[in-house]
Amino acid sequence: MRRLCGLLGWTRWWQFVDEGSIEGAGQSVDPGAPVVVQLDGVRKAFNLGTPIETEVLHGIDLILPRGQFCAVMGPSGSGKSTLLNIVGLLDRPTSGRLLICGEDTTVLDDRALTRLRGLSIGFVFQYHHLISAFTAIENVMMPMLGAAHFPNPKMRERAASLLADVELSPWADTPVNQLSGGQQQRVALARALVMNPALLLADEPTGNLDSRSADAVFALLRRFNREQQMSVLFVTHNGLLAERCDRTIRVVDGVIGV
Amino acid sequence: MNLGWLPFEWIVAIRFLREGRLQTLFILGAVAIGVGVIVFMSALLAGLQSNFIRRVLSAQSHIQLVPSPEAPRPVLRDDASSLQAMQGSMIQAPLQRVRSIDQWQSIAAQIRAMPEVLVVASVAGGSALAVRGSASRSISIAGIDPADYFRIVDMSDKIVRGTSRLSATEMLIGTELAADLGLGVGDKLRVSAASGAAITLSVAGIMDLGNKGANQRVTYVALHSAQSLFGLPGGVTSLEVTVRDVYAAQTIAQRITRLTGVQADSWITSSAQFFAAVSAQTLANRAIRFFVALSVAFGIASVLAVSIVQKSREIGILRAMGISRGQIMRVFLLQGGLLGLGGSVLGCLIGAAALVAWQGYVRNADGTPLFALDFDPALFATALVLACITGIGAAYAPSLRAARLDPVVAIRG
Repeated sequence: MRRLCGLLGWTRWWQFVDEGSIEGAGQSVDPGAPVVVQLDGVRKAFNLGTPIETEVLHGIDLILPRGQFCAVMGPSGSGKSTLLNIVGLLDRPTSGRLLICGEDTTVLDDRALTRLRGLSIGFVFQYHHLISAFTAIENVMMPMLGAAHFPNPKMRERAASLLADVELSPWADTPVNQLSGGQQQRVALARALVMNPALLLADEPTGNLDSRSADAVFALLRRFNREQQMSVLFVTHNGLLAERCDRTIRVVDGVIGV
Repeated sequence: MNLGWLPFEWIVAIRFLREGRLQTLFILGAVAIGVGVIVFMSALLAGLQSNFIRRVLSAQSHIQLVPSPEAPRPVLRDDASSLQAMQGSMIQAPLQRVRSIDQWQSIAAQIRAMPEVLVVASVAGGSALAVRGSASRSISIAGIDPADYFRIVDMSDKIVRGTSRLSATEMLIGTELAADLGLGVGDKLRVSAASGAAITLSVAGIMDLGNKGANQRVTYVALHSAQSLFGLPGGVTSLEVTVRDVYAAQTIAQRITRLTGVQADSWITSSAQFFAAVSAQTLANRAIRFFVALSVAFGIASVLAVSIVQKSREIGILRAMGISRGQIMRVFLLQGGLLGLGGSVLGCLIGAAALVAWQGYVRNADGTPLFALDFDPALFATALVLACITGIGAAYAPSLRAARLDPVVAIRG
């Protein structure tokens, strides 16, 4: 019966007693850890063991303290996105260690990595990647829904509050494909923040926006970074925006330059 | 817009299906047509078969008990010289006389006590010559107890003139024999057995058995009349049995033989060709249903495979936000199941509508339905369950593919 329920997605039906709980939001790792990201000698190679084996990251060491807003710059193909994918637990390093809030992720299995990613890391991409079948508020609720399995009123309240923060309350129930590019990116930002993550990874989130929208999105990122002491890795080609960050690292040919 | 009370996977599956409205409608239509064909064909063929069987078995019993045929028995002593003599001899098959079943009353009582048995009727039968004036016809006489026998062979719709009630001096004859001998209800007919015994009976009723040969030969008389005509005082030549499940007749016949020691033949062996035809039809029906179900499954699988390609970025971003592989897999399995369920509900309606239309338009010349169709709820329930299982099964491979998508590759597109 349990297996059947699992197959149908009802595994936690009987566990859903506390309607208000958003299971484990922000509780996967020590939220007060002084270092949010620590990379020790991280290497990443593709096509391992084949004649076309290519190493993209060559022993990256990086420490990102709690609450730091760090810009990542570098030319195309330098390994910025690969670095972000590894830090975001979407990809595994070929060697080296990655610690998120002190937890060594290299020893975790896929299930534990998925859970850690869902509860501790938020993503914003150059393209918004919103789910077109849902409205703005439903997209924001999605990570909470995935973690808790059942919708509840508190999820909606939290999502509505974040949409208010990004000044999109009037569009909460609008299908996302009816929003402008800047609005869509702000919905994506609210979605990335909804689990109150310890780390936000932003891969050129302003790259597709006009300068006014880009400024607005950056200002929001900075605001949440300061208010929630959330660490941010912000990939950008915009030197002006990078100057407004706490720190800038440059990735060149798979190593972090000065 | 409210997400309701459904779990995450259900919400996403339903929204994905709703978003690809046209695609969903097309595949629902395909599933519905497939299920409709299966439901319609199954009900039609079940109705057709039960009609065939009813027609065949309404004129005969399901099991017939007859005395074992007489076999040659050696009369020589069992020594070497006798054996030598036997080896050189010709063995002549004995004549099969009209014989009674020994202890038939106790055997009939034993069979009646079996829970699978509906009716047991005794028959004293044989061949005779019907003579009227200068005309004569060879006939087959069945001496029956109408109270029992007409529960096996329903005469109510076969009597065309007169009545099916039989007294000791009456008989029922077929329409062809009546025409050949110029007989009407109340006319007298002299019947002679091979032994030379003869009786004169009056025609109580004329029947149409639906077969020219049977209408020429088959006649019914009272049991006592046949017993005296064939020299079988108190004896019967066969016991006719009907059972609740006609398809279990062979097994029950074998049990009766073991229980009573009397040879019992079921309609399945005595009408072997008919049964083979019914079995072949059943097999063909199953094969058609299987291939229709297979095409439905491939339809669902192909639509989901396309949907996964279309939604790979969304799958990637769902994975990035902490949705597990299992959850992704369940989203697509549910889509398969929902397509199967939705399509089968529509399909059942289409099938039922087609059956109603069939009953309305395809009729006998007299306006009666060609045959009764069976709206079996179990057929519709089975179609629903099997379509859901087929949908989930068809969705398995695409779902696995979706669950295994590398989020990095999926997001990059």
